[in-house]
Formats: sequence, C-alpha cells, structure tokens
Amino acid sequence: MPGVEVTTQRLCRATLRGPWLAAGIVALHPMSEKHWKSVVSQSVCDYFFEAQEKAADVENVPPVISTPHHYLISIYRDKLFFVSVIQTEVPPLFVIEFLHRVADTFQDYFGECSEAAIKDNVVIVYELLEEMLDNGFPLATESNILKELIKPPTILRSVVNSITGSSNVGDTLPTGQLSNIPWRRAGVKYTNNEAYFDVVEEIDAIIDKSGSTVFAEIQGVIDACIKLSGMPDLSLSFMNPRLLDDVSFHPCIRFKRWESERVLSFIPPDGNFRLISYRVSSQNLVAIPVYVKHSISFKENSSCGRFDITIGPKQNMGKTIEAITVTVHMPKVVLNMNLTPTQGSYTFDPVTKVLTWDVGKITPQKLPSLKGLVNLQSGAPKPEENPSLNIQFKIQQLAISGLKVNRLDMYGEKYKPFKGVKYVTKAGKFQVRT
Amino acid sequence: MSAAPAYNEDKGGSAGPGEPEYGHDPASGGIFSSDYKRHDDLKAMLDTNKDSLKLEAMKRIVAMIARGKNASDLFPAVVKNVACKNIEVKKLVYVYLVRYAEEQQDLALLSISTFQRGLKDPNQLIRASALRVLSSIRVPIIVPIMMLAIKEAASDMSPYVRKTAAHAIPKLYSLDSDQKDQLIEVIEKLLADKTTLVAGSVVMAFEEVCPERIDLIHKNYRKLCNLLIDVEEWGQVVIISMLTRYARTQFLSPTQNESLLEENSEKAFYGSEEDEAKGPGSEEAASTALPTRKPYVMDPDHRLLLRNTKPLLQSRSAAVVMAVAQLYFHLAPKAEVGVIAKALVRLLRSHSEVQYVVLQNVATMSIKRRVSTGPRPALVVQQGMFEPYLKSFYIRSTDPTQIKILKLEVLTNLANETNIPTVLREFQTYIRSMDKDFVAATIQAIGRCATNIGRVRDTCLNGLVQLLSNRDELVVAESVVVIKKLLQMQPAQHGEIIKHLAKLTDNIQVPMARASILWLIGEYCEHVPRIAPDVLRKMAKSFTAEEDIVKLQVINLAAKLYLTNSKQTKLLTQYVLSLAKYDQNYDIRDRARFTRQLIVPSEQGGALSRHAKKLFLAPKPAPVLESSFKDRDHFQLGSLSHLLNAKATGYQELPDWPEEAPDPSVRNVEVPEWTKCSNREKRKEKEKPFYSDSEGESGPTESADSDPESESESESKSSSESGSGESSSESDNEDQEEDEEKGRSSESEQSEEEGKKKKMKKRKKVPEGQEGGSSSDEGSDSSSSSSESEMTSETEEEQVEPASWRKKTPPSSKSAPAAKEVSLLDLEDFTPPSVQPVSPPTVVSTSLAADLEGLTLTDSPLVPSLLSPVSGAGRQELLHRVAGEGLAVDYTFSRQPFSGDPHMVSVHIHFSNSSDTPIKGLHVGTPKLPPGISIQEFPEIESLAPGESTTVVMGINFCDSTQAANFQLCTQTRQFYVSIQPPVGELMAPVFLSENEFKKEQAKLTGMNEITEKLTLPDTCRSDHIVVQKVTATANLGRVPCGTSDEYRFAGRTLTSGSLVLLTLDARPTGAAQLTVNSEKMVIGTMLVKDVVQALTQ
Repeated sequence: MPGVEVTTQRLCRATLRGPWLAAGIVALHPMSEKHWKSVVSQSVCDYFFEAQEKAADVENVPPVISTPHHYLISIYRDKLFFVSVIQTEVPPLFVIEFLHRVADTFQDYFGECSEAAIKDNVVIVYELLEEMLDNGFPLATESNILKELIKPPTILRSVVNSITGSSNVGDTLPTGQLSNIPWRRAGVKYTNNEAYFDVVEEIDAIIDKSGSTVFAEIQGVIDACIKLSGMPDLSLSFMNPRLLDDVSFHPCIRFKRWESERVLSFIPPDGNFRLISYRVSSQNLVAIPVYVKHSISFKENSSCGRFDITIGPKQNMGKTIEAITVTVHMPKVVLNMNLTPTQGSYTFDPVTKVLTWDVGKITPQKLPSLKGLVNLQSGAPKPEENPSLNIQFKIQQLAISGLKVNRLDMYGEKYKPFKGVKYVTKAGKFQVRT
Repeated sequence: MSAAPAYNEDKGGSAGPGEPEYGHDPASGGIFSSDYKRHDDLKAMLDTNKDSLKLEAMKRIVAMIARGKNASDLFPAVVKNVACKNIEVKKLVYVYLVRYAEEQQDLALLSISTFQRGLKDPNQLIRASALRVLSSIRVPIIVPIMMLAIKEAASDMSPYVRKTAAHAIPKLYSLDSDQKDQLIEVIEKLLADKTTLVAGSVVMAFEEVCPERIDLIHKNYRKLCNLLIDVEEWGQVVIISMLTRYARTQFLSPTQNESLLEENSEKAFYGSEEDEAKGPGSEEAASTALPTRKPYVMDPDHRLLLRNTKPLLQSRSAAVVMAVAQLYFHLAPKAEVGVIAKALVRLLRSHSEVQYVVLQNVATMSIKRRVSTGPRPALVVQQGMFEPYLKSFYIRSTDPTQIKILKLEVLTNLANETNIPTVLREFQTYIRSMDKDFVAATIQAIGRCATNIGRVRDTCLNGLVQLLSNRDELVVAESVVVIKKLLQMQPAQHGEIIKHLAKLTDNIQVPMARASILWLIGEYCEHVPRIAPDVLRKMAKSFTAEEDIVKLQVINLAAKLYLTNSKQTKLLTQYVLSLAKYDQNYDIRDRARFTRQLIVPSEQGGALSRHAKKLFLAPKPAPVLESSFKDRDHFQLGSLSHLLNAKATGYQELPDWPEEAPDPSVRNVEVPEWTKCSNREKRKEKEKPFYSDSEGESGPTESADSDPESESESESKSSSESGSGESSSESDNEDQEEDEEKGRSSESEQSEEEGKKKKMKKRKKVPEGQEGGSSSDEGSDSSSSSSESEMTSETEEEQVEPASWRKKTPPSSKSAPAAKEVSLLDLEDFTPPSVQPVSPPTVVSTSLAADLEGLTLTDSPLVPSLLSPVSGAGRQELLHRVAGEGLAVDYTFSRQPFSGDPHMVSVHIHFSNSSDTPIKGLHVGTPKLPPGISIQEFPEIESLAPGESTTVVMGINFCDSTQAANFQLCTQTRQFYVSIQPPVGELMAPVFLSENEFKKEQAKLTGMNEITEKLTLPDTCRSDHIVVQKVTATANLGRVPCGTSDEYRFAGRTLTSGSLVLLTLDARPTGAAQLTVNSEKMVIGTMLVKDVVQALTQ
C-alpha cells in the first residue's frame, strides 16, 4: 500500500537547485514505471519548494501537499526537511511516523541529524534506507537490528576499515529479525552490567496575565539505558502507579502485566530507548515551581517602552531551580532593547526579535530581574499585545508529580546488575501570558 | 558545488592515503571528458580483485546515484560483481542493480542465475535477500521466474522468507498484473500463516493486490485479531485499517439499535394516545413499522476486534494509535468511542506534523455532534468525548499558525452552553495575537460560537463591535464580515450596530468589509432610513475607485434604496447606474443593465418591474456558519483522503453498514466443532450421574469399537447383574438413546430450546434413579465414564464428519491441520481416564483456544445454553512465550476426575512452541511444595516441533488449600519456575444429592460452618440459566433440584478431605439475594462465598 520514498531536503533556499540528496531512490515505489525511470523526478519537489516559499515560516509548511500525480508528506527536523513522495492512499501518520523514525536513526548513527552528517555518510544513509524500506513498506526500523546490519561509523572503525579493507556492513546476519523479540539482539555481553532509568517530567503550563494557571499538566517519560548481558527479563514497579493517567509503551512492555498489576515487565532492547511516556492527569493540581512578575508597556506615540520582569521560586520542594532561560518573541516594531539583568546575561536578536535571558540558578535571597527600555520603530503604532514569555528551567532529583520507582527486579540472568534511577523535572511548553 | 568538499573528505577518509586519486568530483560534472574518464577509472577499480577497491568504487557509484547523477553506463562492470564475496560490495551492487535493471534489461539477466542460486541457499537470510532483490528487478522477462520463486518462498520453513515472499507479491503485481489470480492464491496461503512476522506483510500485499477479495479474510479474521498485538507496528496499522473495512461489511451497526430505540420510543409515545400503558396496539404498530426489529446483539467477532485493538491505544507509534482511534470511531458503539479521546490528546504532545494530522481528525470527530440531528441518524455521535480535554487544545503563542487554526477549530466545536465563558475568555486572548491570520480565524470562530449557542450571541456581537475600533484593518474587516452574518439572524434589534457600521465606510478599506457593510445597509435600509441615502451618496462619489466586489454592492444598495425611497435616491441611483454602465468590468456592466431594466419601469418590461421589490428585498435565510470539517466524515478517518478532503488515488470507500448481517459462520474455522463440543460436554455432564447410578458395577469390559447395539446389550446384561434399579435404568437408557438419535438426526438444526428441554428432562431423571435405590460407589465412576465416552464418541463421529471430510482434502490447504487438531482435541476430551493416566500429546491450535476464549467472554447467544462450562476459570498463563524463549505454557482446570488419584485436581497443560527450534525433553523438575501438596507429573514430552502445540494432563493435590503449587518446567536446556494457584472453586467435585438429603446435610452444618452473605443481583443476572452458569463457572459444584423456583442449590465435596460443600442461593425477583455456604472447611466456605458473590454481581 504505502509507497514511500524519502528525500532529505535542505532548508536553505539558495542551494535548493544545487546538489541535493535523493536518498530514496532505492526505496522507490514501483507502482509506476515513469516514477522509477525519472529518478525521483526532481520536478516533484518543485511543488514542495513552492509551498515552502508560500509559508513564511518553516514551521508552517503543510506536512501534506497534494500535487497532480503525487502526494508529498514531509517532516521538519533539525533544520532539515524529510520529504516522502506518495502515490496512493496511505494513512499520513504512517509516513510521518516512518520519517521521524528515519531521522531518529540518522541521529542515532551520526550523533546529529544535520546536512553535513548526511552528506558525509551518503553511502551509509543509502544502506540504511535500503534496509528500512522494502518496496515502500517499512522493513527493519528497530535500531538494535539496524546496528547489526550496518555498523555505525566511528573514527576508530573508519581508520581500521581503511587499513584492513573491511566494511561497515555486519558479517553476521542479524538474529533479532527472526526472533520473537525483534527489539533485542542476541548474544549481548557486558563486563559491567548496568540499568539506568531517567524519569523526566515536563510541566506544560499556560499562566495568564494575573499569574493564575489557565492550564497545566505534567508529561513524563522514562528513558532507559540498559547495558545488560544475555536475555534479562526486568520488572519495574512504582510506589504510586495510579498517578499515571495515560501511558504509552515501548513494544517490549507486557501490556497484560501492567493492566493487572501495574508493573512494567519487559525484556529490554539493548542500549538507550524510551520505555514509557505518560501523562499525569490534570485533575491533580500541578505545582508550578516558579512565578514571574512582569510589567511590559509601550507608550502611545512614543518610540520607547518599558520592560521589567522578575522571576522567583514557588513551591520548589526544597530543590534548587536551575538553568532558567526566558525567551520572548518581541513584536515586530521593536528595534532594540536596552536592558540590565541583575543576574545572568541576555541577548536580543534584532532580526528575529527574539529576546533570550539566560538566568541560571535562582537564589531566593536575591530574585533575578531584567529591567530596561525598549526602542520602538518611530511612527509605527504601538503593539497591541504584550509578548508572552516562554520559560525553561530544570530541577534535579525531583519528579514533580511525586512518581517514585519502587524497585527493579531482574529475572532470567544470574548476575547482579548495577541499577540507578534519576529524576528530573523540566519546563515543557511553559508560557506566561503578559 | 557545495557538496564538493564533503565528497572529497568522504573519499579521503575511506580510501586512505596510499590510494591514487581517481577521477573528479561527480557533483561538479562540468567537463564531459573528465566525466568520461572517471567512469573508466571506476571500471578499472571494479575489475580488480581487491575487495577494498571494489568497495570504494561502489561507494562512489552509489554516491552518484544519491546525487541524482546517471551511472547507467557502468552497468556491465557493476553487474559482474553481483557474486562478490564481500557483503558490503554485494549489497551496493544490489542497490545499483535494482536502480538500473529496468534500463539495461539484457544485461540484468546475467545476474538472475546468482539470485536463483541464492534462493536455494540453506541460510534463510540469504534466501530472503535473494528473493528481495530478484523481485525488485523490474524486467518483464523474469516474471515466470519471480512467480515461481514467490510460490516456493511462500511455503518456506522460515517465517522470515515467507515475509519476504509477501513483500514480493505487490512488486510482481505492479510489474505484471496478469499474474493476479496466481498471486491471490499465494496471498490466500500466506494469510493462513500463523506467525506475527508474516501477518502484517501479507495483509499489505492483500490490500495492494486484491482488497476486494474480502472473502479471503473470513477464515483468518479471528487469527488476525488475536495476533494483532504481537505484530510489528507497521503491520498493525495495515491490519487495523483492513479490519475496519472488513467489519463494516460483515457486522451490523452497533448504533443501529439506538436509533431504532429512539424511533420506537417516539412511536410508543404517539401510540399511547390510543391506549394507555402497555397497550398491545402500540407495540404492534411499532413492530409492523419495523418488521425486522430484533434486539441488537453485537457479533462476538465484532467484540473480539474491539477488545483486541484497545490495548494498542497505548502504543508508542502515533500511526497505530490513530488507526485504532479510527477503528473505534467507525465501529464501536457510541458508549465506547470515548476511550480514544485520551490517547489522541496524548498525541498532541508529539511532533508538529503528528499534531497537524491528529488535530484534523479530532476536528472531524468533534464536529459530529452537530450533524447528529441531521438526516443520517446512523452517524456515531460522541457527546463530549473531547470536552474533558478542552484545555489541552488551548493555543500557545509559539504554535505554528496551521496548528493554531486547527486547535481553534476544535475549540469551537467543543464549545457548548457550559464551557462557552471559558472558551470566549481564551478567544479574547487570541484576538490580541500578533499573528493576523490567526486573529482572523478567531473572529470567525467567535461568530460560529455565537450562532451555535444562542445564549452568548449578544455577548459575542458586542465583543465584535468593539473590535470594529481596532487599529488593525484586517481585524476590523473580518469582524464586519462576521457581524453581517450574525445580524442577518435578527436584524430588527440592531439598528445601532448598523449605524455604527455605516460610519466605518469612511475609514475601512478592505473591500470585503466594505461590501459587507453596504449589503447590510441595503438589506436593512428600513432600519436606518436616514443614513442609507447618505451612504449611497458617498459611495457614488468614490464609485470609480472602488474594487469590483464593492461596486456590485453599491449597485445593489442603489437598487434597494430606489425601491424603498425613490424620492431621495432616484438621481443617485441613476448616476451610479450610468457610471456602472461604462465600467471596465463586464460583470458590473451586466449587473447595471439588468438592474436598470428591472427597477426603472419602462413600456415593455413592466411585468417584471412590478415585482422588483419582491425580488430585491425578499427575506433571505440567515447564513449558517459551519465548520469546514463538516463534510469530511464520509472519508475514513486517519486516511490521506480525509486529510486532503479529496479522494486520493487508491482510496477505498468505507462501506456502509449492511442492513442484514452476512452469515457470521463464514468466519468459523473451528467454531462449529466447538459448539458441538459444548453440546456434548453438556450432555456428558448430565449423563454421568445417570450411568453411575444405573449401571452399578458394570465392568470395564466393553471394547472400544463396539457398536451401539452390542453396547446396549452389554449394558443391560450388566444392569441385570447388578440387579437393583433395573427397570428404571432400562427405561432411562432407552430414553437416552432416543434422545441421542433425535440429536443425531437434527444435529444441524438443533435449537437451543430443544437443548434446554433435554437438559430439564435429564435433570429430573437424576433423583429418580437415586430413589430407585441404586447406590453410587466410587468404583463405578471410571467404568461409567468409559462407557459414556464411547457413546459420545459414536455421536461425535457423526458430528465431526464435515471436519474429517476436510481432513481428506489436499494436505496443502491450511485448514486441514486445524480440523485434525480439533478432532484430536475431542478425542482427548473423552479418553477414558482409566485406560491411560495421561492422554497422548495432542495438538491444540492456539488460535482455536484463543477463539474459544474470545467466545466465552462475550455474551453470544451460545453461552447461556451452556450450563456447565467446559472447564474452570478459563485458560491461564503459566509461562509467557517471551519468558519461555518461545515456549508458551497455559493451563486450564479440566474438572474431570484425575484418574490416578481421586484427591487430585486434574490440570490440563497446553504447551506451544513458537520458537523456531524444537524443544526437547519437556518434563517437570523437582517440585518444591508446601506440606501436603503433591503432584502427579505428566510423562516427559520428548520433542515439540516449532509451531506445534500439545496438551498434557497433570494431577495436583492441593490439600484443600489455595496455596500455589510451585514447580519447575525443564527442557533439555532450560528450567522455568512456574506456579499454579487454584481458585477455591476448583478444589471440589460435584456430588449429587436429593433435596431431602441436601436439607439434612445442611442442618448438620450450621453455626460456625454456615456463612451467609447478602447481595443484589444485577439485571443481567436474574434469569435461571445465567445464575446457574455463573455459579458453576466459579465453583465445580453440582446442582441440586429444588422445589421453589427462586432458590438454587448446589453441592460438592472437597477433593482431599471429602468434606461437603453446600451452596444455597435464595434470589428474590427484586434482585435481592442471599447466598449461604455450609461447609466444615470454613476457610473454603468463606473464600467460596467471596468468589461466587463476585461472579454474580459483576
């Protein structure tokens, strides 16, 4: 059904006509001969560039574009567009999900998913896509399997390869694809067996002008880094599993155990992966750890305005709030800003009109503030709306929802693994309206 | 050009310093000669026998392909390397080959033999990869070779190769669609495959090649449902969307009933005028109006699909979640659709592309509630599914505009009487946004809220009027357009607003807004009699400078004013019409000419001008502000077509529900056998006491192949020997045979009714036999069951005939083994326990078991007739197949007496091997048991081939406690620790007492030994057979006849100590009930009460 072909497309307009990657040729959909012959007929992409031009902002390029003979489905990740050309009806999410999986894989392989990384590794990209898609249908998308098929490039290996003439392609054929546990490869061996879990919670919130919470909820994930030999069977239990309102699972988790006992029981993939993501119901009041006092005003018929924000801690449960950053998208009429921070540093980009204030830690004794004047374009009407403040922060060793891991048990293997759980709370989409 | 340095780096890194510099950068490609030369170099590299040089050359060639350069002239040089030993070179050659084979067909043929050799390789991965490349080479000449390869691969031992075969099917189909029929055969075969690896790929092939052959799915439907959770994510999406379509063609609409009910209640309401209360007339009327009205019962298969897809809502893949959401939306009853909301809202945290798609779908889902009152009542309406999540759709200033607008759409759809204040407050924030497109959309949204929710119309209107003084012209213009629409609904009260608008004409420049104002003034000129002519005056002045759309409205206004107030405006109108007459735009010239003829009376055209007022000032219906998503629901949600709101190539309509359900039996793979099995089981249950009573000491002498006549002879002999209760047993026996015969003749059409009658009859016989004086003794048990098993196996032979007939059909067809398995299962069920303590290892197909499970859990019409379930608490997992490395073990309590030791509970253990190596030497390892508990192990299973299943019986003496029996399951290589914990109801066996005996025994067990609990029976559990079924399902007890109708009695003995357990349920018609258990074993009594109460009240 789905005919997926993938092209990565640079964002930069100047180079659009220049060389570009058509990595999807291998994975072409064979439905139409024409399509096959005309090497991802570059003209198809013109429709995409057109749409891109029309959308002022890269984020506003519609993910699905219909052209006379094809449909273009694209994602935007790390300043790159991944475009797939579709010929027939297919659930769009199917393609979007796949493209993200491709981007994840590149990230995993090259450490970054950038234009340079893809260019430098054209052949590996090609080989990967060859394995990931067969006839437009996804084949092997689990990173554990792919890494057995095609080894990720490392500096050491490329040196060794050039001397010995050996290759990136695995000699042994992967076993995972054949087993009932497709996410884990067989024969894993570590000298130090360790299992680490990061409980990361993000607070999504909208705070209104007066400081009251319009909307707040906690989104959490548990990321795991598992380096265990053999076929360990893990079960992770929580002190308070009822907190989790809505959970989505990595396929390795046994759903029935969760349903009946609220225990996460699974045979883990090897390496890093996301075990679950969850939402803590918004009925539970979410503790908002910071507050912002703000006064932003633009004077009528004058080319300046006042800007004053102060940040303070609130309900931080005895933990320090770190890495605070405030980002403000100022109105277009703002020319420049002349501010003084009591703590940290700020930058204002007069082109994008983005003000970034890197605050750092909050000490309750002296609240950080940023004050000063705003220069406006003279003659232009004053902006109607005050910009909203986007706030980032981090609190170590705290899961704001109160979620606690109870214990981790391992079955199926004899050794004693080293176990660890780390909690972090961050700001997610945290916005203060002013 | 910019790629050049990168390419050089790449080359430098991998080629090493010792290598000579070959050629130039392919990306530059400027000078033809260098291009040519480079290819020579590459050819030379490919011709060497050094793998590293070959690899380097191939890498460069692939890089060329990647950059869109033509590398086809290298074909001969490359294709030679197809048999290269180096895997990476080989893979890159494959890449090249697949890309260029079509252009160089003759040369491509050279490589075919390599792949043909590969197809025979002992390594499954090499076979698979050969097939994959072979099928990707688009050369028509090799179609027959491909066909042959696919056919062979489809019956390959390795599921991975079979998966590849499934992938190859659409490739071949697109190359040569004449092969369709043959390919369908292969698809049919692969659909029957039981491995999760193949399922997704073959359904994908099915969808591409023959989506119309829905009949191929019937037999595999249940299997697909059951496998679904273990299929990989991509396959899940494909299977779910295929099953959605399937279900739409095969099941009845779950909402149909609701709409019928509504109609009925309406009818009944009207009917009640004629006769009060429950008049038969009204009912009749209703039933004649709806002759086919039947209470809607969801097909158990429909339920199976819904149940098995639900856990997938928690998948990490957005595509799977969306697929399940659309399945629920299209297939689930109204009350159940709500579960998808939470999962969809979760996806809103995902990437913005995912948000975009999900919001589009949520917008369509949330719009439905308004469509509901329309002409199509069949539409699913989920009131308030997303309302609890309203705040999740609030907009952040950092959202991309397209997301903002979609969220706004959803918020508008969700707004209702109760939440409108909060929604409007949010909108107020949005109006001040810097993103002007978004502001315009917000104003539209306010307009829609105002039309939909009457209560806030004035508030909204006032808010919009305030916006008219906004500095941004776009905002004002949008507001004017919306206000115009709102005013049209109730113009009389809003003269002030119209005046205000009229003033705006001086400032506002946006044509659409100006046009809207002019139209409003013209339409309601009676409300503003003074201002209107003045506006026209101003407009006449600026007429030539206006946009076309405004000019048209000026003409319109002029015409209307001329008709109502010709005194003041006659000249102005003529002036405007003259200006318009010489306009550049032909529309405006036409309009002017037309208007003039119409309104200015002339000699000829008088007929029309008399009606001019009616024409121009006719009352016009108010516009309806609707969502742009209102018509999208005819596309399947989650599809590309839905997203684009246009039919995409290859989109398959979601069929409407059928009026009449197609025959559900087409999906029965094993189920006919199962229903018979249950019937038999039932009968057996009834027969047991009968034989044990009447036959007395008849020896176990009968040969297995004795025909019914000799059997009855021997029976009568034995009964005459026993001497007592002779006559009664004789007659009963005859009766029984009669029944049996009846049963045989009418087996196919045996209705439940009949079955029930039969049961009743037999129930009565039991006490008769007992009163006849025949004493039951332990020893007779085994013999009776053996003779009985023969009886039933006789009948079974008849019944299973269709199955055995299928067994004879060609062995290649997949249904054959299934049928065989079933008959084996039956035999196993009736194997006389005395002959062999453990039945021979038999094969039970897992899908059958799953099907059985699926059926027993649903309220299909079959189940109520089943008074005593086949076994106790269903199948339970002993060892998950992942933990067991491919060995899956389940167990059931069979409720048959364990042959070796009457104190033991017999447990059926089902092994199935889902790994790809045989499991050898399965046996029970040294058990570590609590004191008193003992185990009778099953004999070692020597080997279990991959894909096979087997069932064995083991006995456990739990010593009348619910302690778990822990033991080890050992294979040759591994040991698994497992434990079986019995529900308390399985620790007993039924005994048969008469009413008097029961009362006598009960009187002995009072005081501490009596446990009473009050409960209320739910409505669903008031009928006789349901109560009995629920009790017997929970505990292995026998029913004791009872004089009064609303009292139920059951009796049993614990297995180890033989203590009586008596259970009495006194159920009032109101639903209040009292449950009493009398037993010496107080612990068992207490636990039993708990379990039974739970079963009854659930």
